Amino acid sequence: MKLQTILELPQCRVLVKGDPSREISRIFCCDLLSIAMGKAPSDGVWVTVMGNKNTLAVASLTDTACIVLAEGVSLDEDTLAKAEEEGIAILATDLPIFDIALEIHEAGDL
Amino acid sequence: MSDQLIFTYVIDGDDFTRAGEASSSVKNKLKMIGVDSDVIRRVAIAMYEGEINMVIHANGGVITVTISDTDITMVLADSGPGIPDIDKAMQEGYSTAREEVRSLGFGAGMGLPNMKRYTDEMHIDTVLGTGTTITMKVNL
Repeated sequence: MKLQTILELPQCRVLVKGDPSREISRIFCCDLLSIAMGKAPSDGVWVTVMGNKNTLAVASLTDTACIVLAEGVSLDEDTLAKAEEEGIAILATDLPIFDIALEIHEAGDL
Repeated sequence: MSDQLIFTYVIDGDDFTRAGEASSSVKNKLKMIGVDSDVIRRVAIAMYEGEINMVIHANGGVITVTISDTDITMVLADSGPGIPDIDKAMQEGYSTAREEVRSLGFGAGMGLPNMKRYTDEMHIDTVLGTGTTITMKVNL
């Protein structure tokens, strides 16, 4: 599945679009950055409610392709600008983590 | 003797939101030199964990990264309180991080275990009240 498929999901607001043609490897759900640091897959979609600057730092270091912020969580403008620079897509949704991860799973057959 | 590349970073102990900038910079440099992506990921994770630890526990410090033909060595030196019980600190899930740090998603007691897991060698030198120096090596 390409990132474009996730960007088109009606439940998500696109805050930063990243590279829509990037091939997505897996879906990863985790709110503890310490665990995400070791486990987030390269080119993955990371679904989390942890929205702070460090979330982006972890995504960047693990080569995450896209962060999906669940439960109405958002990120400040500076962090979004940094994500744009680093080519990491950021989406936001009001859905809970499981629900949006399931939507992505069904949309992309991951 | 072949050439070595050496980079030094001063880690600001006050600014949690900037933690990760040094690791990110190393990651980009390794990418430019064309280092294997799995090695880059391991170096970046180990160094970021170390960087976060320095900010959480030691009010910052200095990281020196040396890239040689055979390995990448990271030396993280701080003047913090030292680690009273290394065996405990190496256990997954053991943490002495403050509540505010936990609320940011850290402090799960994964830092040192991750650093060991993602490197080929790790050595901790710590003196209570004086500081800690951690040396990590990832083979190329």
